[in-house]
Amino acid sequence: MGHIHDEQVKKMELKAVRIRREIIKMLATAGSGHSAGSLGMADIFTAFYFHVLRHNPKRPDWPDRDRLILSNGHVCPARYAAMAEAGYFPKSWLRKLRRPDSPLQGHPERTRLPGLETTSGPLGAGLAQAAGMAYAAKMDGKRWHTFCLTSDGEHDAGSHWEAVMFAGNRHLDNLTCVIDRNNIQIDGTTEIVMPLEPLMEKYEIFNWHVIEVDGNDLRQVVDAIHEAKAVSEQPTAIIAHTIPGHGVDFMEGDYRWHGRAPDPQQAKRALDQLDAYEKGLRADH
Amino acid sequence: MSGPKMYLAKGLTDPRRLASKASRDGFGEGLVSAAAKDKRIVAVCADLTESTRLTGFKRRFPERFVQAGVHEQLITALGAGLALAGKVPFIASFAVFCPGRSWEQVRTNICLNQANVKIAGAHAGITVGPDGATHQATEDIAIMRCLPNMTVVVPCDAEQTRLAVPAVARLKGPVYLRFGRPKRPVFTTSRTPFRIGRAQPFRRGDDVAIMACGMMVHQALLAAEELKKEGIDCTVLNIHTVKPLDEKAVIAAAKRCGAVVTAEEHQLMGGLGSVVAEALSRHYPVPIESVGIDDRFGESGRSDELIERFGLGVRHVNQAVRRALKRKA
Repeated sequence: MGHIHDEQVKKMELKAVRIRREIIKMLATAGSGHSAGSLGMADIFTAFYFHVLRHNPKRPDWPDRDRLILSNGHVCPARYAAMAEAGYFPKSWLRKLRRPDSPLQGHPERTRLPGLETTSGPLGAGLAQAAGMAYAAKMDGKRWHTFCLTSDGEHDAGSHWEAVMFAGNRHLDNLTCVIDRNNIQIDGTTEIVMPLEPLMEKYEIFNWHVIEVDGNDLRQVVDAIHEAKAVSEQPTAIIAHTIPGHGVDFMEGDYRWHGRAPDPQQAKRALDQLDAYEKGLRADH
Repeated sequence: MSGPKMYLAKGLTDPRRLASKASRDGFGEGLVSAAAKDKRIVAVCADLTESTRLTGFKRRFPERFVQAGVHEQLITALGAGLALAGKVPFIASFAVFCPGRSWEQVRTNICLNQANVKIAGAHAGITVGPDGATHQATEDIAIMRCLPNMTVVVPCDAEQTRLAVPAVARLKGPVYLRFGRPKRPVFTTSRTPFRIGRAQPFRRGDDVAIMACGMMVHQALLAAEELKKEGIDCTVLNIHTVKPLDEKAVIAAAKRCGAVVTAEEHQLMGGLGSVVAEALSRHYPVPIESVGIDDRFGESGRSDELIERFGLGVRHVNQAVRRALKRKA
């Protein structure tokens, strides 16, 4: 049973295209940054900011908000674009990505931009912080949920597994970890650099509930998150298979776009593709 | 250098007349009394409940005690998460492991993130004793004081550690609180005023100013007492807050005496000696002699043996004062 109507899915798909377009523009303006993961996770951010999260862009410090922790901070362009789209700050700020004094630092800093829950970038530290928040919510009997977005590459870090062990053993069912399973990391594909499989079983033996979805399918992502929130006594891991660079054909699946920004010509090609895709969506609509 | 009365213990230079207590015990007691008044306080432990003296806290506030297992990176980041959700977490381990092993998490998740986490570094210094170099943190002050947003507190005895805990809890922002394992003389009292960032003149003299932290403060007082018999009058300044440094008190003491000795149970590189030298070289250069560990690791032994072996004895402070005195213009 789905949790969203076709109409809502369509609306979100249009949001996701707008977010991808902003990602391309901001990275091209900045001249550096991480294209592949940002585009790949655009749908996941769309699902959170436009359907799942209990939040208020006008009151980012609302105490009862759900917490969305971004562990793999390098994909922050996707988060920034989604936050601007949701109304956390003016879209003009997106042009200041990676500039001095900008609230939009190259890796996200909590103290510079209201609405960010943590400062992140160094990999493997997000889930532990998310677990701390979830633990505090349990202590205080609060109903808000903590979500942590992670990359697959950061699963190499031992510190991540410390948090996996802790959350499983402490039955943090108010904690959900979304894994961007795009199979790439800086030096190549994950299964060559440092194989992660079988990833699902690894989580299961640490007492996690695991769901696998297509992370570029908004309906599947939303349904998985609803399922995760209903699980009791266990935290949930959502292994979201995504295509790095999704939406821009010359970036899709190519690990070399992990840490690169498009040049002006490439940006134009990318934006043309996204425009064409949006036209198609609207025509279907 | 007048100021509030220090209310030190009677006979403070006669160790036989003083109570003997570990500063970690002061930490454990201080945390229980602070937590009784502040419900936000939680304790996070990495499989060292007894050693870090969290046993009393765990018994009294089981629902606020978090056992995290041997996971020093985890307690650091987990502490940040707890703090961002409104708690005041004290994360406790041996200083070599936290903040030693978890330094980058301290940097990013606590300091850059401005998370209100209190790091309790137990078993600091060589006086850990028989466990040897692997467990003796002698670099922790250096690696904590260089981090923006971090406050570094090194109380001088068990009683001051007890008083420091509620002050640390009340201070908004990251704090590193350093304390030791063995029983040491207790020479401050419950009336000795304690304010973070305010150095304490424990003795006043005009010849040399000894600036010390942790267990070296008492060594300095003993050295000053010996030197007094030879007509050498020392100021002894307890710099329990290594960062931010009480520059005003340090400069005033340097002006008064014209020569300084620093003393710490820590590497000479990057610790209190460096802090004082940096401040005085900028504001009021005077000859400085330093007592501390000279670029080597500790080893196994009884703590009194190691104090002697690593140049932290009363006689070492005494000799440093004489060297400083000779260099005075």
